[in-house]
Amino acid sequence: MNLLGKLTWSAIPFDQPIVMAATGGMVGAVVLILGWITLKGHWPYLWREWITSVDHKRIGVMYCVLALIMLLRGFADAIMMRSQQAMAAGGAQGYLPPEHFDQVFSAHGTIMIFFMAMPFVIGMMNFVVPLQLGVRDMAFPTLNSVALGLTASGILLTNVSLAVGEFAKTGWVAYPPLSELQYSPGVGVDYYLWALQISGIGTLLTGINFVTTILKTRAPGMGYMRMPVFCWTALASNLLMVAAFPVLTATFAMLLLDRYLGFHFFSTDAQGNPMMYVNLFWVWGHPEVYILILPAFGIFSEVIATFSGKPLFGYRSMVAATMVICVLSFLVWLHHFFTMGASADVNGFFGVMTMIIAVPTGVKVFNWLFTMYGGRVRFTVPVLWSIGFMVTFVIGGMTGVLTAVPPADFQLHNSVFLVAHFHNVIIGGVVFGLMAGFNYWFPKALGFRLDERWGKAAFWCWLIGFYVAFMPLYVLGLMGMTRRLQHYDVLSWRPWLLVAAAGAGIILVGIVCQVVQLVVSIRAREKLHVAADPWNGRTLEWSTASPPPAWNYAILPQVAGRDAFWIRKKLAHAGQGQQPQLSKYQPIEMPRSSATGFVTAFFAVVTGFALIWHIWWMAAFGILGAFGTLLVFAFREKEEIEIPAERISEFNHAHQAEVVL
Amino acid sequence: MNIAVAFDEVEQEALSPASEAGPAPKRVVAAYGFWIFILSDIVMFSALFAAYAVLVHATAGGPTGAQLFNQVNVAIETACLLASSYTCSLMSLAINSRSRAGTYFFALVTFVLGAAFLALELREFVDMIARGAAPQRSAFLSAFFTLVGCHGLHVSAGLIWLPVMMLQVAVWGFRASVERRLLCFALFWHALDIIWVWLFTVVYLMGVRP
Repeated sequence: MNLLGKLTWSAIPFDQPIVMAATGGMVGAVVLILGWITLKGHWPYLWREWITSVDHKRIGVMYCVLALIMLLRGFADAIMMRSQQAMAAGGAQGYLPPEHFDQVFSAHGTIMIFFMAMPFVIGMMNFVVPLQLGVRDMAFPTLNSVALGLTASGILLTNVSLAVGEFAKTGWVAYPPLSELQYSPGVGVDYYLWALQISGIGTLLTGINFVTTILKTRAPGMGYMRMPVFCWTALASNLLMVAAFPVLTATFAMLLLDRYLGFHFFSTDAQGNPMMYVNLFWVWGHPEVYILILPAFGIFSEVIATFSGKPLFGYRSMVAATMVICVLSFLVWLHHFFTMGASADVNGFFGVMTMIIAVPTGVKVFNWLFTMYGGRVRFTVPVLWSIGFMVTFVIGGMTGVLTAVPPADFQLHNSVFLVAHFHNVIIGGVVFGLMAGFNYWFPKALGFRLDERWGKAAFWCWLIGFYVAFMPLYVLGLMGMTRRLQHYDVLSWRPWLLVAAAGAGIILVGIVCQVVQLVVSIRAREKLHVAADPWNGRTLEWSTASPPPAWNYAILPQVAGRDAFWIRKKLAHAGQGQQPQLSKYQPIEMPRSSATGFVTAFFAVVTGFALIWHIWWMAAFGILGAFGTLLVFAFREKEEIEIPAERISEFNHAHQAEVVL
Repeated sequence: MNIAVAFDEVEQEALSPASEAGPAPKRVVAAYGFWIFILSDIVMFSALFAAYAVLVHATAGGPTGAQLFNQVNVAIETACLLASSYTCSLMSLAINSRSRAGTYFFALVTFVLGAAFLALELREFVDMIARGAAPQRSAFLSAFFTLVGCHGLHVSAGLIWLPVMMLQVAVWGFRASVERRLLCFALFWHALDIIWVWLFTVVYLMGVRP
């Protein structure tokens, strides 16, 4: 028996210069960063204040950092695909061999959805939701840290696949029978499956945590119809996580059983049913789209209302539209495969349901427009992203309605028209929303604003680059170009693909601008320093210091209505505000920091890696280790620390000018 | 009692709706979160049920449910599991009345009944595999073993959880955190019963229809 399972030196692709260069670059960067941290002696600080922190704000920031790094990784894949397709026309083969190109597009999709968009959305919610609800932490703080650890484990495994072994060559959806052992004998699909199983559990835990937090722990007076819209969209998104992710877990478990134990769920022999995978995958997959976009809608609602200086138009209809989308998202999954061969009635039903989703979405767009109408709109960076979103997303929505018509879909299915459509809604919706939120809440998280000029440059590059990169794909789709082509013979496609590559280049400039924006802002942080309320905000997060103390609020706010902070500011101006009593603080109980999340993540990585390479003793070790970690956590003596009243009082005196209106 | 005064107080309280009452107590939050987890677990089972329903006739020329299932065995299994749910409730009552002895006793009975259920299920599996009805035989058997086995895994998890909880009772007594966890365990154990009732109906009863 081999102690290392399937793992040998041949797993490292020494013969592929591109892979080795990328690996070298990645390992080099990691070594450099770790070395710098060691040299500067930052480890104790990082360990104490970040890695073991169960503070929702810290965890939120760490999610966002992970997401931004993965944005770079996923975008590198995108640039490779665009340049390959720009080159490989006719006789030319480009620079990526098919088996490598297949890994690149699979990794791009997997990373961008699961490891960029998801952590970014979750990070944003983590930071903002408890602050907006006027409470001090999540319902289950340590669970939150475990969820972060599991997400990071999935990310790590996916990136390890670059250097050790291979990634899936099946596309990010990994449809069987291609993803079955018979047709994908390598470890690529196993990397995909275990990375997503592990991070999927993390996402489920996040969903449970947020649903409980939003429904059970809100500041006194914060009734449901007084919650900021971002909290509503976060609630909808997390309800979808709770209801959809278990389906993905079950589906992947079935595929794993097929691959590891020779079961016949999706196989082509012994009467397995590959289309069942496709159905189950999209029963998760379509709600997933709304898990991502609904919080983005929430961000736009906050940004538009704040910078228009008006309450959000049609708050109730916004809430209703959010919840309607939440429910309808489970009734449209079949539109991802109209070509399966279901009857006309079935296709017709799912086509109509899909078109109906456009109605609540349209309601939202009009609400944002009417919020801006008659307002004094300040054209800050978050507002630019929001306006760019409204235009782009409406176009993407219309092409979506187009593909929802089953006969049209038979032509467009698996063409690059579809690729253009979903990038149109995911970049134009989710990414633009996250960028708006990033610029909007950054000062709250770190106490200084991001540079406006570089922010605007980044926005314009992204916006123009998006149109240049993806509008040609609509045309190409109508010309009959299918997706995931490593090479093509139709020379008339080439000019459009050259334009698309140029568009990707413009987006690259946008990303460079964002990196510069971060660096410039960090260096000028003294000058960009902000007080509690830099944007003249409306919701509670702007009423506490920037960055907020660990306990968020010295005294839980009393909420009197929607836009709670705005009401308080208005009352204060009218001279009716209550002066906070600075001397009468009570000690606060806060959850203790815990290494549970980090240790669990460690054992999750060990288990995942062992299972991928069939190293059974190591898998047993990992599982036992994770169980032991749980036991240690369950038997810890003290769950909370008490923050003395003097420390709270001291903090509030130091920030008096900021906190008191 | 002065009715007018009492009425006034009711009015006062009715003014602010429950949703504006502020953060719920920890016990409520913990149980609520665990409920959400159970719901997600039920969603996972629903995917496995769906797969089973799709594949139930995909026997690939191999044995069918009607040929394989032993009604007597399943009836005893069901009796064990339902009885364990009853004793689990008795354990909850013992916890409420702060009786350590009662808690240990009913936990032990619950454990034994759960273990008996699991042993019977394992015997059924071993027996089926010996008769050439392994999960690799057909898509139907893959789905059967996965669905029933997943429930069995949950019961096993409960059988690990319960002794750990008893250890906590022994070490800490009925501390608030221990009580919350015991409440969650009870929810978990009853939820497994609900899933088993579905499983029993869909797999074993409907499976032997002529």
